[in-house]
Order: sequence, then structure tokens, then C-alpha cells
Amino acid sequence: MTVVIDTENLTKKFGDLTAVDSLTLHVNDGEVFGFLGPNGAGKTTTIRMLCCLISKTSGSAKIGNYEVGNRADQQKIRRMIGLLTENVGLYEELSAYDNLDFYGRFYKLDEQKRKEQIEYFLKMLGLWEKRNEAAGTFSKGMKQKLAIARALIHDPQVLFLDEPTASLDPEASKTVRDFILELKKEKRTIFLNTHLLDEAEKICDRVAILKTRLIAIGTPQELRRSLSGRKIKVQLQRVDDVIVEAVKKIGFQISEITDNSLLIDVSDPEKENPAILKAIEAAGGHVQFVTEVGSTLEDVYLKLVRG
Amino acid sequence: MKKMDLQSAWAVAAKDFKIFKRKSTVIYLSTVYPLAVGIAFPLIVQYALHIGKGHGITALTLPRFMDAFSIWFLIGAAVFPTAIASYSLVGEKIQKSLEPLLATPMTDGEILLGKTISGLVVPLGAIYAGSVIYMSLMDLVTQSTLGYLYYPNWHIGAILLVAPFICLVSVELNIIISSRLNDVRTAQQAGMLAAFPFFGIYIASEIGLFALNDTNLLILAGVILAIAVVLFFVSRVTFQREEILTKWK
Repeated sequence: MTVVIDTENLTKKFGDLTAVDSLTLHVNDGEVFGFLGPNGAGKTTTIRMLCCLISKTSGSAKIGNYEVGNRADQQKIRRMIGLLTENVGLYEELSAYDNLDFYGRFYKLDEQKRKEQIEYFLKMLGLWEKRNEAAGTFSKGMKQKLAIARALIHDPQVLFLDEPTASLDPEASKTVRDFILELKKEKRTIFLNTHLLDEAEKICDRVAILKTRLIAIGTPQELRRSLSGRKIKVQLQRVDDVIVEAVKKIGFQISEITDNSLLIDVSDPEKENPAILKAIEAAGGHVQFVTEVGSTLEDVYLKLVRG
Repeated sequence: MKKMDLQSAWAVAAKDFKIFKRKSTVIYLSTVYPLAVGIAFPLIVQYALHIGKGHGITALTLPRFMDAFSIWFLIGAAVFPTAIASYSLVGEKIQKSLEPLLATPMTDGEILLGKTISGLVVPLGAIYAGSVIYMSLMDLVTQSTLGYLYYPNWHIGAILLVAPFICLVSVELNIIISSRLNDVRTAQQAGMLAAFPFFGIYIASEIGLFALNDTNLLILAGVILAIAVVLFFVSRVTFQREEILTKWK
């Protein structure tokens, strides 16, 4: 698989403050790559470095075959990327059509091609009927969609999306998310900055968690498995202290107790379940059913970010 | 280094013109004053000559007054671009539209050239329109006193030749100033400082320290053009992508 975004020890310092520390990652062609991290983790700074908007302090980064930081390659990188910034930054007085037309001109799209691209994206995003209305009159969700269309107007190979659903209501978020999933079908490389774990889990092929330094990388499934282990949920008629103590006595950790169920950490449920059930029954418990519970990306994220 | 792409610069200017069309106050601030000057001075002369019974203005002294009035177009050339040039950059900051713009293949020079064109065209057009109105009306009200048409002449020709360069200096100064400020009004007020040297020249010429004759106006044009070129490069140095994204609030 071709690597499209490639960084080696990429570092950015603002004076004494290290915003991004020795970031090494590789994003493959056609991959949707989620970049997770709390506010101030360095996500936007990373995108800005990769889009040649700010300089790197040290390390290296490549977009395709072009070197980030090499002056001769900057224009080439900007031609092959599209960027949705954290603030949509639309020209509110201009119509949706004019906003896109303006950006299309910088990528040397001829008038016919610009028209086709604008029509295609505005129709795809359900904004075609409002093409002549000023962007300032649009809702937040509509503005965000228009800004995504702007980032795509020149058909970039790599798309950087910085918090695309932040500050949107649930309905608008879903519309934007669905659109990203449509883009995913086109096998476009998407680098998605987000702090919404649910969003990353639904959309991304792989995710990285950043807290100035890269603290984890892999598919959402890999991260869940490798970092949070496995859990079983034992549903009982009733939970009491005797049952809880019985489970603990045979060496298992209980991570959550509710009125009628226990969430127990296990490493090999196939082998360990019989012993657990036996202990519960011996303590007077009546087991109704047992299920394996997968931990969410959120569990993994919080565990990693909180250190 | 990438060659300057004039089409991209023009696209920025054309986009700004579309925005100005919807920002009527910005247009009014840049156009009403030169047009008003073009009408007001001939009316004053009309009043002095015909209604006010001369007020000491004779056929001999009238050209001196008319030359002095026409210098206001020089001062105007420094003042009128302030509204548009300030809005052009501060407006981008307010709308946070610079980051997506900077992520395009455009160079800083192309963006600044586009901003310079958009800041220059409207006020300069208004100055030329105002001067045509001024010359026409002035000829109309003074022909009977002078016995000939005073305008057009080399003096106002030299002024209108210098005017674009002064406009250019004013635009560049405003771009530099507004890159440091976030409020349109403050940027406009600070940009007005560009007019002070020209007020100085006007006063110096009125009290006889400096003759604003055709030769001196041409020399002034050369000096101002050189300043404009230097300011363009200063604005390019000031306009740093990284600083814009990390330090501009």
C-alpha cells in the first residue's frame, strides 16, 4: 500500500512550548485516519505543518513524494491537499456558488470544470437550491458542508478535516459524518482531527491518539483489545456483598457493580467463565446470562490520555 | 521561487469587489468624499465670484485658488483608500477566512497584490470621477471671469499622475497597519495617518516653503512610487503565514 502522509519525528516548538513532539506516523492511500487528542494536544498544529501553513521545528514529513518544509514542494503539496479548517472561514457576503468559484480559480480549473465541480458538490451536499444565497444566511451545518465542498473543489488526493463536526447539533453532525462516509467510498485519503471518539470509531480505518506525543496508533478494534483487555457482564437475579467477595476471592477484578449485574475483567473468558460462575453459584447467586462486553474507544482514550 | 500569478491576484481583488458591493458603507466612505470635493469647491468659487460679489477673488488670483483646491485630490488619494484597504484585510481576519486562503497554492505576494488592487481601484476611480466633475464644474463657473477654460491643465494632470502612487502608498500602509489590528474602525483611524505627510506638503506649499509646481509634482511622483515599492516588500515581510495563524487574534 502506498504511504501518502509520512512523518518521522515531526516536532513543533513555539518558544519553550513543545506543541508536537517527535511524531512518527504513516497514513496509507485511501485510508481514513483519525487523529484524536484533547484540546491543546497538537492536532491542529500537526495539520498546519502538514499543509505547509506553519514550519516544523525538526523531523521530517512528506505528502506523497513531496517534502514538507521544502520551499520548492510547498505549492505542489497545496495542490494535492484540501483543508477544512477548524473555523469554516467562508465569505459570508458571497453566495455559496461564489465561495466555491473563488477557490476553484486558485487550482487552475477552467470555467467549465469549475461549474461541474461546484454543481456536483452542491448537489451532493443538498445545497444546490441555495447556491445563490449568501453563505452568511446558512445554518452552521450548511456552512460546514459548504466548507467541506470548498476543500474538495479541486478534487484533492488528500483531505485534512479539522474538527468537522465540532459545534454542530446532532442532526448537522450526522449529515457531515454521512458525507465523510460517502467520501470514504471514493477511496480518498482523509486525515480527520477530532475529539469525538464515537465519530472516529464510526468513520476511521485507523486512529492515533496524540497528547503532544503520539501515545497510541492502530485500528479502533486493535486499540480496544490491546489496551483495555476483555470484560464479561454477569447478569444475576440479585447482587450482594457475598457474591462480590466470592468473585474477588478467586482473583478477579470487578470494574462495575449495578443492582443486578457484575462487570468483571477477564483475560481468557472461555477458560475463566466456568470458575467465576461456580463461585457465584456457591455464594448463592442465580446467574441469568453471561455476555462478553467490548470496551469502547472512549475507555481506551480516557485510559491513555489520563495516563 | 514561484512566479507571481496575476490571475490569482486578480481573483482575490474580484472577490473583494463582490464583497464591497454588499458592504455599502465601505464603498460610500471611499467614493462620496472625492465626489463631494468635486462638487463643493466649484460651488464655493461660484458663491465667491457671483453671489458673494468677488470677495477679493479676481481673474488674476483665481488660478492660485483653483490650484490649491485641486491639491485636495492629493490628500484625498491618501485618505480615501483607508476604508477599503483596512476592511479588506481586517475583514478576512474577522471572518477567519485567511487560513483556508493560505492553504491554497497562492503565494503571499499574490494575496497582497490582490489586496492592493482591490484597495486601489475603487478610491482611485472615485478620485478620477471627482476630478472630472471638479474640472467641468470649475470651468463652468470660472470661464466668464477668466475668459478661457482653465481645465484641463498640466497642474491637475500632474496631480492626477501622482494620485495613484499616493493611493498605492496609502493602501500598502493600511495593509501593514491592519495586519496588526483586529478592528476595522481602529485600522481605518490608524490608516488615516498616511494622509499626514500630504497635509504637510499642502501646508508647506501654502506658506511658501515648497512650490507644488509641475516639476516638483513629478519628482514627488517618483519618490512616492519608490516608497510604494518599498512598502509592498515590507508588507510581504510582515505578512507571514505562520505569524498570521499563530499570533493574529
